[in-house]
Amino acid sequence: MQPKDLEERLRMKLSLTKVVNGCRLGKIKNLGKTGDCTMDIPGCLLYTKTGSAPHLTHHTLHKIHGVPAMAQLTLSSLAEHHEVLAEYKEGVGKFIGMPESLLYCSLHDPVSPCPAGYVTNKSVSVWGVGGRVEMTASKFMAIQQALQPDWFQCLSDGEATCDEATSIKRARKSVDRSLLFLDNCLKLQEESEVLQKSMIIGVIEGGDVMEERLRSARETAKRPVGGFLLDGFQGTPTTLETRLHLLSSVTAELPEHKPRLICGVSQPDEVLECIERGVDLFESFFPYQATERGCALTFSFDYQPIPEETLLQQNGTQEEVNYVDQTKKSKTTSCNQEMTSFEINLKEKKYQEDFDPLVRGCRCYCCKNHTRAYLHHLLVTNELLAGVLLMMHNFEHYFGFFQAIREALKSDRLAQLKELIHRQAS
Amino acid sequence: MAVVASPTSLESAPRIMKLVAECSRSRARAGELRLPHGPVATPVFMPVGTQATMKGITAEQLDALGCRICLGNTYHLGLRPGPELIQKARGLHGFMNWPHNLLTDSGGFQMVSLVSLSEVTEEGVRFRSPYDGDETLLSPERSVEIQNALGSDIIMQLDDVVSSTVTGPRVEEAMYRSIRWLDRCIAAHQRPDKQNLFAIIQGGLDADLRATCLEEMTKRDVPGFAIGGLSGGESKGQFWRMVALSTSRLPKDKPRYLMGVGYATDLVVCVALGCDMFDCVFPTRTARFGSALVPTGNLQLKKKQYEKDFRPIDPECACPTCQKHSRAFLHTLLHSDNTAALHHLTVHNIAYQLRLMSAVRASIVEKRFPDFVRDFMGTMYGDPTLCPSWATEALASVGITLG
Repeated sequence: MQPKDLEERLRMKLSLTKVVNGCRLGKIKNLGKTGDCTMDIPGCLLYTKTGSAPHLTHHTLHKIHGVPAMAQLTLSSLAEHHEVLAEYKEGVGKFIGMPESLLYCSLHDPVSPCPAGYVTNKSVSVWGVGGRVEMTASKFMAIQQALQPDWFQCLSDGEATCDEATSIKRARKSVDRSLLFLDNCLKLQEESEVLQKSMIIGVIEGGDVMEERLRSARETAKRPVGGFLLDGFQGTPTTLETRLHLLSSVTAELPEHKPRLICGVSQPDEVLECIERGVDLFESFFPYQATERGCALTFSFDYQPIPEETLLQQNGTQEEVNYVDQTKKSKTTSCNQEMTSFEINLKEKKYQEDFDPLVRGCRCYCCKNHTRAYLHHLLVTNELLAGVLLMMHNFEHYFGFFQAIREALKSDRLAQLKELIHRQAS
Repeated sequence: MAVVASPTSLESAPRIMKLVAECSRSRARAGELRLPHGPVATPVFMPVGTQATMKGITAEQLDALGCRICLGNTYHLGLRPGPELIQKARGLHGFMNWPHNLLTDSGGFQMVSLVSLSEVTEEGVRFRSPYDGDETLLSPERSVEIQNALGSDIIMQLDDVVSSTVTGPRVEEAMYRSIRWLDRCIAAHQRPDKQNLFAIIQGGLDADLRATCLEEMTKRDVPGFAIGGLSGGESKGQFWRMVALSTSRLPKDKPRYLMGVGYATDLVVCVALGCDMFDCVFPTRTARFGSALVPTGNLQLKKKQYEKDFRPIDPECACPTCQKHSRAFLHTLLHSDNTAALHHLTVHNIAYQLRLMSAVRASIVEKRFPDFVRDFMGTMYGDPTLCPSWATEALASVGITLG
């Protein structure tokens, strides 16, 4: 029995339309301060840096079709500003100029994970521009009081998977600590008037140790959390693959009617794998990473193209997408990621005179107004507009992908979409 | 004004400027430019988009701010991506997808700004490319050829530019050469029906040289005149005198474009002195350093004093940045690595400049320009009498007294 029926108190309701091969299709209703926002699942959250979509002002963000109802904020970028926010009083949503958006506050930034070794029994640290911010449960909750997000990831110990081989001892510690933090934070939440409308997201830890993962899932599920964050499944493509088994086992222990978020997983193929294992919500940092390396997402998610278009695709986008030059690695940014086969690198000389849009048929502002040749020029000359236009396209393309997933699930065609995506994965 | 057709001039150049109002005291004018990509109200400030982009803001954002003419640069675009590619892209308008007017500078200014990479002869300017070490010769003919490919609505002659701090025979040489280069540009211009070639008055800070240049260049029937060679390191006292001299000798029925002028005070004073068009990198560049322009000067938003300042940059400003964001948020964002911070300020600073010009124009049309100037100086300096002495003198010279 839940101590206080969370759903009743918050009116949030997750209704599943269908569950097919482990994939959940549905809606989360009655969200937000006014209780009238809805989110689709499977879905993603708008990735932000210091409370703003990367490169984008309100004006350019709103040119994008399909922007998710919920944006992800990171505590790592905001913790050091909590005094300002406390004085501001009206919450981070209004402060950043997104008062209508639902907000989820994660601990860390998925793109720049922080140095390990700073979690203690009493505190967790995040890294901002000004350096390390150490947070006990009290401080953490005080910061959340100033932010007033709709959802927030509870303080947790995510370092069980940091070393090469997780020791059982370390895995156990991550679960114990996270549960302790959770109970402390829940208690503090009860005492906070301001945080009554916010939902704590419980964090499932346990490293790569099945027993600990199950324990974490079962114990966390007993608490009155609003949803669950599956932490520690991120890493290299191979590490995710080996963890997928763990992932299924974990989600099997979680209640159906609460959302499951995963952090650190954003690539299209990995997203599908996780949806098949019961995950509902993802971060959208992959389009940002592509942008930073001067790349445009071009992968197709059109699993049922009309016949005439198939021919066109074969001559254009499709051809490039299948070509993967393994030896050519584009210049990486602090994201430390290599270019994937889901994108094209517009810095390449072959785009210099290419007057096609980034993706034929794409409705985004960039594709409707500009050419690959122009983007190439902007990148070669290091112009700021390159980031703006690429971000607009990459977000729209990515949000379109999630819409395609939902449609595929609705019409029982996920296998086709999955096959299409896998054909394009390197 | 008697126009003596020089051997190299064509039939009468189009009269692209329509005067709508003139200040009865000063030389300020309000007008309308009729250009191939639409009308432009003057006085006008033209933001600088050097490399076929307005530094982080989209064509749509720039259009939404009310901008109807902006700049591109021949030297830069001539190197990257090059005129052939731009021509394939349907000109600079097509390449950057800008529906309104474009003005391209000839590459002359780069002779000064990139002086270590350039060498001037009668033939043209020889540049060494900073990107690949290649040498290019920018001659009057080549500059016009590139600008013809770019297809900008206003193109500038290639002028022999010397820094305003240079003295001696080089200044005179450059002035006479600029006249000869003007004639070569006129002769080389392939599209006078679609593109308006402006002359650029040189002569440095020497009144005689400038007067000579004015006399000669105004014999050529070009659609407009720019006042060049200023806005470098010269003193403001010398600066305004050269501007005033130039406007006194330029035809009234053609636009006067003062190149490189962009600080608010300078804009207001030079409108009073009779200039119609201005360009400057200052507002957009300073935005990228975190500085927001306001009627009282500027706000260095990265500074700690703005950390908890929850007001917008300017409560009177209607730009998207001021409508949505506080100084405190911008301060926070400026200290992050999210480039959105720079774009917010670029939008605001362009809005500020355009709004200033709009206000100036309205005051001229409504016959209250001198009062506007006094109000402006009062807001900017605390009291009209506290405005810098060069500005006071310049305004006095055209009949506007402060305080």
